[in-house]
Amino acid sequence: MTETSPYATDHVVDRSHMKVSDEVAIEINNMNKWFGTFHVLRDIDLTVYRGERIVICGPSGSGKSTLIRCVNALEEHQQGKIVVDGTELSNDLKNIDKIRSEVGMCFQHFNLFPHLTILENCTLAPIWVRKTPKREAEETAMHFLKKVKIPEQADKYPGQLSGGQQQRVAIARSLCMRPRIMLFDEPTSALDPEMIKEVLDTMIELAEEGMTMLCVTHEMGFARQVANRVIFMDAGQIVEQNEPEPFFTNPQSERTKLFLSQILGH
Amino acid sequence: MSDTHAQSVQFVRGTMIPEQDPPITEKGALKWMRENLFSSWLNAILTVLSLYVIYWVLAHILPWTVGGIWDAESLSQCRDIRDASGIDYNVACWAVITDRWHQLLFGFYPSELYWRPILALIIFGAAIAPILFETLPRKMLIVSIAAPFLAYWLLWGGSVWGPIAVAFGFGIGWAIVTYGESLLGALGAIIGAIVVPVLYWLFLAGPVGAALQATLPIGIAQIGSNQFGGFMLAIIIGVSAIVLSLPLGILLALGRQSDLFIINKCSVIFIEVIRGVPLIVWLFTASLLLNYFLPPEVSFDLMLRVIIMVTLFASAYIAEVVRGGLAALPRGQYEGADSLGLDYWQAMRLIILPQALKISIPGIVSTFIGLFKDTTLVVFIGLLDPIGLSQAIRADSAWNGIYWELFIFIGLCFFIFCFSMSQYSQWLERKLNTGHR
Ligand SMILES: Nc1ncnc2c1ncn2[C@@H]1O[C@H](COP(=O)(O)OP(=O)(O)OP(=O)(O)O)[C@@H](O)[C@H]1O
Ligand SMILES: [Mg+2]
Repeated sequence: MTETSPYATDHVVDRSHMKVSDEVAIEINNMNKWFGTFHVLRDIDLTVYRGERIVICGPSGSGKSTLIRCVNALEEHQQGKIVVDGTELSNDLKNIDKIRSEVGMCFQHFNLFPHLTILENCTLAPIWVRKTPKREAEETAMHFLKKVKIPEQADKYPGQLSGGQQQRVAIARSLCMRPRIMLFDEPTSALDPEMIKEVLDTMIELAEEGMTMLCVTHEMGFARQVANRVIFMDAGQIVEQNEPEPFFTNPQSERTKLFLSQILGH
Repeated sequence: MSDTHAQSVQFVRGTMIPEQDPPITEKGALKWMRENLFSSWLNAILTVLSLYVIYWVLAHILPWTVGGIWDAESLSQCRDIRDASGIDYNVACWAVITDRWHQLLFGFYPSELYWRPILALIIFGAAIAPILFETLPRKMLIVSIAAPFLAYWLLWGGSVWGPIAVAFGFGIGWAIVTYGESLLGALGAIIGAIVVPVLYWLFLAGPVGAALQATLPIGIAQIGSNQFGGFMLAIIIGVSAIVLSLPLGILLALGRQSDLFIINKCSVIFIEVIRGVPLIVWLFTASLLLNYFLPPEVSFDLMLRVIIMVTLFASAYIAEVVRGGLAALPRGQYEGADSLGLDYWQAMRLIILPQALKISIPGIVSTFIGLFKDTTLVVFIGLLDPIGLSQAIRADSAWNGIYWELFIFIGLCFFIFCFSMSQYSQWLERKLNTGHR
């Protein structure tokens, strides 16, 4: 792999809407998490402002997935504080469901619902969680399916779509809930090269519209193009964070240097 | 060199070869036989041997079945007819079926009232149809709601107000769940929806029914459970247990998966205890022991007790089958549902259970088929299921000594039921297959 990922899009990223406001979207304070006795996340401090696009990278097992899964309470943290959109994550199920409906999430393996059509996948949560009328939910769903460029697949089942199409449906499904924050956990790492591009294009488009995004990804080209902060994690800790340009050209920590040299093939 | 070679390489076809039939041994029946029956010496020998065995079995069974006597009044008369016609082998005496079929089907239910169980069966069919076949109009579900009460009234008879008073209790529960949530909160509404109707049934339903009957008497002749029997009994017990055990089993499976300690442990203990003891023991418990635990003035119908026991027994099995389906789902499905903000019950109802139940269909239907056949065990506690009735029929001197004909008829009836369940489940599996994984 060269310095810029081969999958970087041809089109020039429009940064005009990608303004970062002073408003805090996610605040993580001194957060610790254990799996049994295994200390996965250690003293995580992270503030994400509205409109920020943050890329998290790091070696396998460093706790990246666990970190972003803590943000929408798919994993429980044991110590410290996580505030999402002004609501603190606690054990109160009502709070958790509220945060989850405001925070969209895309998984490595898409996690579409195979027994429902694409359209039903997209309308399910708006209808049942937001109580949107069915007609309106379907219109919204078609709007976002058009946006990810697969409106013609609406009546198919997930099993009939390619991986890249499925991941774009997954993104559309999250968008139908009109989330204020999007989390991505290695959305492209289960995909073939040509599908990676179509998914990244969709994500770039989202970034251009000013969505707050937290992405775990190893697509460094994407990081350079749209991220305004890159976070490097190792052994459950944030080792280094910086703007993409200095991060890639002038990493400070030895660990980061080693990681970057491996992933960029220097 | 290349010149000489070109001659052997260059080739232009002048005439096209028309399509031809494959050789006679390569098509149709001959090919099929060669491939499937005589592909090798061993295979050929086995084929011939199997054909002989099939012939031998049929040669013994067919004359007995087909040559059977349909018109006679007793077993001895059957034999006389056979001897008179000069047949020197045994033939079936189907006359017992023509003579006693109504008993095998309805037990000792008064024959002038046969229309009542038949009508109940038709109503049941109309009630179950919209559940089994999604394409039918949803309005038919109204029948499904009313059917249990209607069927109960038709079968046992008595005052129409009794079932209506009981149904009203369900209405109360439903109303509390739907309208009480804002007042009592979600948990309060659920608890209220259980407690209030139970109190109502225990203390109010009886007097209310009686009072209504006194003011406006509507009723049909009452039939006691001891007059029920035959397939009617098997179907009533089987169907009630099937219908009730599925939701109960699903709840138990969810309970066993739950993180809530008490619910989890209760489900595990219930399932293991119920499964660990033979059904026949539970049936004896139902017939003998339950009366010790219940207050003496509550006389609990034996059939009702059996239905409850069979339901509990089947639900433990269903729970384990469904748990298998739940475990087979990738964790991503739970996370996908959670990440969209669906609450637990929504996630279960919309995402998890539809898929888990689909995976469990074969197991669930096996359990149902087993349950249905196990209803014959009630003969041991004195209920007259088809097997019990065959004994009762033999007790009559006219049919003393007749076995096969009755058992074949009973077996055939059970087979029709079980086979249709199996066929339906396969159809459902094909229909639900959306080509994933
Ligand atoms: N449910 C779990 N129970 C116990 N340990 C877990 C669990 N999930 C993850 N872990 C451990 O926690 C550590 C961090 O896992 P995590 O999935 O967050 O890593 P990651 O940085 O996302 O790695 P990758 O790049 O491979 O996805 C790993 O060592 C993993 O083995
Ligand atoms: Mg991961």
